[in-house]
Amino acid sequence: MSSVTLNNIVKRFGNFTAVHRSSLEIAEGAFVTLLGPSGCGKTTNLRMIAGLLDPTEGEILIGGKRVNDVPIHKRNLGLVFQNYALFPHKTVADNVAFGLKYRDVPSSEIPRRVEKALELVQLPHVAHRYPKELSGGQQQRIALARAIVIEPDVLLLDEPLSALDANLREDMRVELKRIQERIGVTTIFVTHDQSEALAMSDEIVVMSEGRVEQVGAPEEVYNTPASEFVANFLGASNIMDARCTKAGAHVTVEAPIFGKLDIPADKAPLIETEGPAKLVVRAEKLLLSTSEAPEGVVSVPATVETVDYQGQAVRYFVRAGDTQLQAINMIDGHPFAEGTNVNIHLRPQDCAALPGQ
Amino acid sequence: MGWNLIRAWTFLVYMFMFLPVAVVVLLSFNASQFGSFPMTGFSFRWFVELAQNDAILRAFRTSIILGLLTAAISTTLGVLASLALVRYRVPGTNMISTLLIAPILVPEVVLAVALLLFLNFLQINKSFTLLLLGHVIFTLPFVILVVQARLVSIRRDVEEAALSLGASPRQTFFQITLPLMLPAVLAGALFAFTISFDDITGTLFWKPGGVETVPTQIFAMLRNSISPEINALGTVMILMTVGLPLLGLAIARKLSTKSGT
Repeated sequence: MSSVTLNNIVKRFGNFTAVHRSSLEIAEGAFVTLLGPSGCGKTTNLRMIAGLLDPTEGEILIGGKRVNDVPIHKRNLGLVFQNYALFPHKTVADNVAFGLKYRDVPSSEIPRRVEKALELVQLPHVAHRYPKELSGGQQQRIALARAIVIEPDVLLLDEPLSALDANLREDMRVELKRIQERIGVTTIFVTHDQSEALAMSDEIVVMSEGRVEQVGAPEEVYNTPASEFVANFLGASNIMDARCTKAGAHVTVEAPIFGKLDIPADKAPLIETEGPAKLVVRAEKLLLSTSEAPEGVVSVPATVETVDYQGQAVRYFVRAGDTQLQAINMIDGHPFAEGTNVNIHLRPQDCAALPGQ
Repeated sequence: MGWNLIRAWTFLVYMFMFLPVAVVVLLSFNASQFGSFPMTGFSFRWFVELAQNDAILRAFRTSIILGLLTAAISTTLGVLASLALVRYRVPGTNMISTLLIAPILVPEVVLAVALLLFLNFLQINKSFTLLLLGHVIFTLPFVILVVQARLVSIRRDVEEAALSLGASPRQTFFQITLPLMLPAVLAGALFAFTISFDDITGTLFWKPGGVETVPTQIFAMLRNSISPEINALGTVMILMTVGLPLLGLAIARKLSTKSGT
């Protein structure tokens, strides 16, 4: 188990800069997710930590030691790939034992360690099968067992759940987190799936176009996005041009439709001065109602334009004046029909604000 | 109606292709001195005579040694070239690839004469080594084509997984990459062997005086007379050039079912 530090890392491929100068500190034993759309540089970062790519500039430290010049096979890392990457010509037991052969593990002890690893991923009975005889989920568990049996300093997971079916993916998510907590290994997880990131991570690193947009706990990243990109990428947000009329302990933002809103300062940490700002309202914080708003809740009349039925929730597109807004509400009785006139209720403390351009 | 016509036609085409071969095989068991029908009796005498003919035995030995060496060198070079072309970013990959494949695009006679002229220009005399060199040039493209196709289908992340688990690049090659591409390597080696064993055009140009391979020996014997011995020799050749690849295919299939790829 070790901490991982990226110091002013830059990665260029020819003229293309995949990772702009960025630094990152990953604590020992933490579960950190690199989250972003494809091409944001998250996999490039992971591959540089793994030693599969050399950074153009900057240094990588694992457990406080500079590893730039240490080749991958001497870094003691566990690596799990999207497509499992099991050795097709070796049995499950030989796959799991592979890494142990290159370590100072007495050969009498290897079978015991393999068995223990297979038990940890709940597949103790498949040791003598070949990978192609296993399902995708089972193969991914074996890949995980193969990576953790060597007791790596850092576990690197490159979209390990993306190749699985939706149901299986959620089971594996819980399973993976359970195993990680049990062995306590520092884990870096790469994904483009925000729900995976929110559910599993101690800390999320949101990346976009080779830059780190925000680093924080899942709740922090979700509730207080540091940029428009983060607000849009995690969940559905309404972002409006607004004006900050008062900065300080309580921030007042004046937005079209909603008027003046008092926002707690911790929801607008980046606002330092009065001036142009952006109002960020999560779609699920806009409550559609036909009744009057209670005390302290802003109410705005609107018309339902589109209804997107999702089972336990509905996504509405509503029009208030000339602004279209998105609202996700739990269904209470029947969803509103298209064309219904409703009131949008919004609690100011549920809003967040960003500095405007 | 139409189908029957197609069937009959297909049958005739196959007859045209394989009947002459069948006749050679059949006549090699003929007891008579003269290769003609009807056969006068069944006998192995031509095979026995073959086994006692020094010139033929010598040609056989030459062919087998030449074939084995060609297979060994071509396969080694082919595997290395394929690795470089598929796994590493070599400048001018496309051009190198085309150049390596080129020998099968050039008519063999042209290649044979070209190599001969080139050696003449360098004032190097014909020798067994040069014959071997010619065969390697001629068989290398087949090995590269087969091995490259296989290597492309071996996912890079399997090798990366081995590296991450602590295997050095060399250990990764012998533990992972080579076993996974073994069927293609064996197929390439067999190709090289049979092509070399079978080759006459290039060999006629390149072979030094006094050295005969099986095909050139048959060619020389045919110039004198059509002895039934040639039928027997032909049968042995067919057995080797058809049987070996079939055997290789069976082995490769067995290997790949085991590894599940």
